Amino acid sequence: MKVSWSWLTQYVEVDLTPAQVAEALTMAGLEVAAVNDRYGFLETVRVGRIVQVSPHPRADRLKCCQVDIGDRTLTVVCGAPNAAADCLVPCALPGTEMPGGCELKAETVRGVSSEGMLCSAFELGLGADASGLLHLDDRLAVGAPLNRALGLHDPVLEIELTPNRSDCLSILGVAREVAAICGKPLVPPPVPVLPEGSDIHRETSVQILAPDHCPRYTARLIFDVAIGPSPQWLQDRLRSVDLKPINNVVDVTNFVMMELGQPLHAFDFDRLRGRRIVVRTAAEGESFVTLDQKQRRLTADTLMICDAEVPVAIGGVMGGLDSEIQPDTTRVLLESACFDPVSIRKTAKRFNLATDAAYRFERGVDPHGTLTALNRATALIAEVAGGRPVPGHIDAHPRPAPQTVIALDVHRVNRRLGTELDGDRMKTLLEEIGFRVSNQESDRLEVHVPSFRVDVTRSEDLTEEIARRHGYEKIATTHPALPAAGRRPAAAFALRQRLRELMAGLGFAEVITYSFVHQDSNLRLRLAKDDPRQRQVVIRNPLSEDLAVMRTSLLPGLLETASRNIAMGNRHLKLFEVGKIFVAAEDGADRLPAETQMLAALWTGQRQDEHWAQGRLERQASCDFFDLKGVVEALVERLGVTGVRFGSLAPEHCDCTRPGVSAWIAVEDERIGFIGEVHPDTRAAFDLKQPAFTFELNLPRLAKRMAAGRQSRPLPRFPAITRDMTLIVDAAVESARLAEAIAAADEPLVESVALFDHYIGPPIPAGRKSVSFRITYRSDRGTLADEQINPLHQKITERLLASFGAALPT
Amino acid sequence: MQQTIEQIRAEALQRLQDAADREAVQALSVHFLGRKGVLTQFLRQISTLPPKDRPAAGQAANRLKAELEEAVAQRLAALEARQRADADRIDVTLPGRPAPVGHLHPLTQVKVEICEIFERMGFDIAEGPEVETDYYNFEALNIPKDHPARDMQDTFYVSDNIVLRTQTSPTQPRVMEKQPPPVRIIAPGKVYRCDSDLTHTPMFHQVEGLLVDTQVSFGDLKGVLTEFVHQIFGPRTPLRFRPSFFPFTEPSAEVDIGCTICGGAGCRVCSHTGWLEILGSGMVHPAVFEKVGYDTDRYSGFAFGMGIERIAMLKYGIDDLRRFFENDLRFLRQF
Repeated sequence: MKVSWSWLTQYVEVDLTPAQVAEALTMAGLEVAAVNDRYGFLETVRVGRIVQVSPHPRADRLKCCQVDIGDRTLTVVCGAPNAAADCLVPCALPGTEMPGGCELKAETVRGVSSEGMLCSAFELGLGADASGLLHLDDRLAVGAPLNRALGLHDPVLEIELTPNRSDCLSILGVAREVAAICGKPLVPPPVPVLPEGSDIHRETSVQILAPDHCPRYTARLIFDVAIGPSPQWLQDRLRSVDLKPINNVVDVTNFVMMELGQPLHAFDFDRLRGRRIVVRTAAEGESFVTLDQKQRRLTADTLMICDAEVPVAIGGVMGGLDSEIQPDTTRVLLESACFDPVSIRKTAKRFNLATDAAYRFERGVDPHGTLTALNRATALIAEVAGGRPVPGHIDAHPRPAPQTVIALDVHRVNRRLGTELDGDRMKTLLEEIGFRVSNQESDRLEVHVPSFRVDVTRSEDLTEEIARRHGYEKIATTHPALPAAGRRPAAAFALRQRLRELMAGLGFAEVITYSFVHQDSNLRLRLAKDDPRQRQVVIRNPLSEDLAVMRTSLLPGLLETASRNIAMGNRHLKLFEVGKIFVAAEDGADRLPAETQMLAALWTGQRQDEHWAQGRLERQASCDFFDLKGVVEALVERLGVTGVRFGSLAPEHCDCTRPGVSAWIAVEDERIGFIGEVHPDTRAAFDLKQPAFTFELNLPRLAKRMAAGRQSRPLPRFPAITRDMTLIVDAAVESARLAEAIAAADEPLVESVALFDHYIGPPIPAGRKSVSFRITYRSDRGTLADEQINPLHQKITERLLASFGAALPT
Repeated sequence: MQQTIEQIRAEALQRLQDAADREAVQALSVHFLGRKGVLTQFLRQISTLPPKDRPAAGQAANRLKAELEEAVAQRLAALEARQRADADRIDVTLPGRPAPVGHLHPLTQVKVEICEIFERMGFDIAEGPEVETDYYNFEALNIPKDHPARDMQDTFYVSDNIVLRTQTSPTQPRVMEKQPPPVRIIAPGKVYRCDSDLTHTPMFHQVEGLLVDTQVSFGDLKGVLTEFVHQIFGPRTPLRFRPSFFPFTEPSAEVDIGCTICGGAGCRVCSHTGWLEILGSGMVHPAVFEKVGYDTDRYSGFAFGMGIERIAMLKYGIDDLRRFFENDLRFLRQF
């Protein structure tokens, strides 16, 4: 909402500077985003004296003027007939932002370079005369900026209104706030005297068939108007708030809308079939051409203003092409109506018509201001277009708005705010902005809400008015008297933070990627058709197809991040992300999806940062499966999750990971995630040219398996004995199964089993491999002797030989 | 004679100290302590002294002999130690072997800092779904369908009734439906708006706060948020509470802090106002309480919400919002 100082001060005497008013309005809840002088652009338009005029060498109609602008003399090419030596004229310098928005540049006109532009009144937005240069008073100082020379100064406040303050979508509404701030009376525009009577009823009628959509419709007729440009004062008012003058009748409707906040519409009365108005909803599929020359297909809930036969306007949104004011219009039907905000909003949204009228109606206009605005506009049209109002007016008012009266408890207000204001003070604060307060008891006010404050319906609304008028800065700072409740932090939240810190400790950098991914992400991840992750949450109005579905895995984000980083020259990456995946409900789109917190990591490039002490082989070593598996093992160890198992993922179950280098991760029989090398096809789909390893863990499942706390164990009192065992087994036998078999024997003296060597190749026969374990034996009763351990070790070895078809090395 | 022995001592100790290697020390040892050395010669001269002075001179000479023998041994040990150190010496200025160093995303760090401040004030952490019903995201927060307040947030829709939450505020009714007052929670999380340009990303992070009890006032809201601003931006940060509008609070306030870039003088970042908007807040609207069945006569409360990105940008001097989601390692490594 733009408010020019020149217009604002028509309704209130202001003794503050524009900057002070801006600050005070901001602190009263009307945020002033900027104050710009609308004549500020004249700072680079100088008073110039034409020293010499010579013909343009290559153009008959142009002249070359030498223009003295005080500190220097410029050559300016000019086509104005009245450019003559010794005249004082405005000379705009390059860089000036001309009205209409384009920036003036130095140009070469047919071979002569022009260092500025001599302007007409019209070109500078200072008048209607476009016929020649604006001749300035001889007494002005040559070289002075034009705004200072002419005393032109009109700051425009740009107010960012919150949606509740529709009352301030008018200059008068803002003036009301300013008047209250300054403690000055508000001076509304004069109430016009118009001919009353019943003549209008002989000429026309208004019939409302949709009272829910249109609670009130008022109209007047003005005959014998002469359409033409508006007088200068009216055009200037509109320009001061960035509205474009059109013609005198339309300009008046815009002027009154800006002044009072009531949108109006003027119809060419003679273009209304049957010379009457019918307000009804459209027939489904009916079509209509709006003022912007677009054909619109209407729906059954669109409110239409119609004549006796067809629609002539979309009520409260936009008029129609057929009935608009034309140069030859002589008889005008002026509409001032009140429309239902919800109905207007739906219609404006559907047709994507964000008009000034719709903007005001959907926020709520003063239901008692309808007639006032009609009369004000009628009088102005009569004044500026020479019209003759037909005696009488129409006021169809099927749904009068009730008067809102609110009982206000003074103590309750003070309790809510933490203030100690008395009833008198509250009364004053409210009355200054148009509320009427009656029946005052000491601690109870009866507040009559003015009809323009459609946002105020309950006592809390008044509390807010009192608070902002009193000043938030005057409310004392206190602290809530709530005992410190020492509850434990939310476990799931704490786990995620713990994991982030562990991953950072393990050398990984945390990334945060968008939760929406490319619609083809599942295809790129090679997910099976029946994978539950295929149930994507699809966004109806995505920004792009790259951000079209909610992710069902964290992997796409990590792969994209890796690919982008490698393109930027960051080739060695250890990345992780903690975040949700979203799997749609099985039974329809109207249910919330399952949201699951996941941890995923990606490692690509070198195993170690390069440094001087590395050997050549070490320097070239890339990360591998076991580097990343070590990370998972470290994580689960730190979280106190025991019994975590890894197993080879069958090729037919590998989607985004490479068959053979893929594993499931489980605790007992529940899968908690996977780990593996990113599948070459998936990598290619994300434009990643180097091998990468990844894991993804389901955090709720992991959390379930976490130990509640750690328990200390006594340190062993007796020494341990270790024995090694090397087995030659089939290459397909998983080493973990061998270790599990040793542990499963449940021998009380076996303390731990560790794999320390793994070898494939000669002299081991093809298809076989050698696996070596170190078993630690210990007793808590005494030092073990070889005689105790040897037979036990022998027994364990033989058991494995038998159950795995293993052999001992020869 | 006494003076002479002092001179011998001083000279011997000084020359031992100056001796640069083993050979020099051994030569000095011979020179002072050898069979024809200075000290031996001195002892031989004792017989020329008056008989009463002889014992004292003899004792002094013997003490000096012992002292010099000790000094020689020490000097030899010191030289040997230095030689060994020279042989063992490494270039301690070479870079250390890189230990793995990871990084927490700056948004995580700021989120944790914000949460910790409120946790110290007794707030609990609550969380809610990111794909949310229209009811919790809007209606329960007093934003009916077809209300202009919906224009304040461009919404991603999944269906007519399901949206990506546009704010963390739906956590408010979700918590209140499950828990009677008093309530004191903060809810950090991701939010989504259908908007992407220099100053908007379609996903960003907020922290929501809610405190409900009997007797909670707007003054309390000012107190808690003033404390928060002072903890996160420093105790001398100026701040102001400015009237605003949110459908689910009344009265509503924006909190501005003195511009951290220009110190309030006015610059491009603060649009020459000297102030930066950092959070929205207000007293919970009674319509929100009515929806969750709280007694509006008995209870009052306040709520607030802030963007984590904005606070991180101000804290770390980040000038481009998109950096957060590009995840360029060269950016992440700075935190």
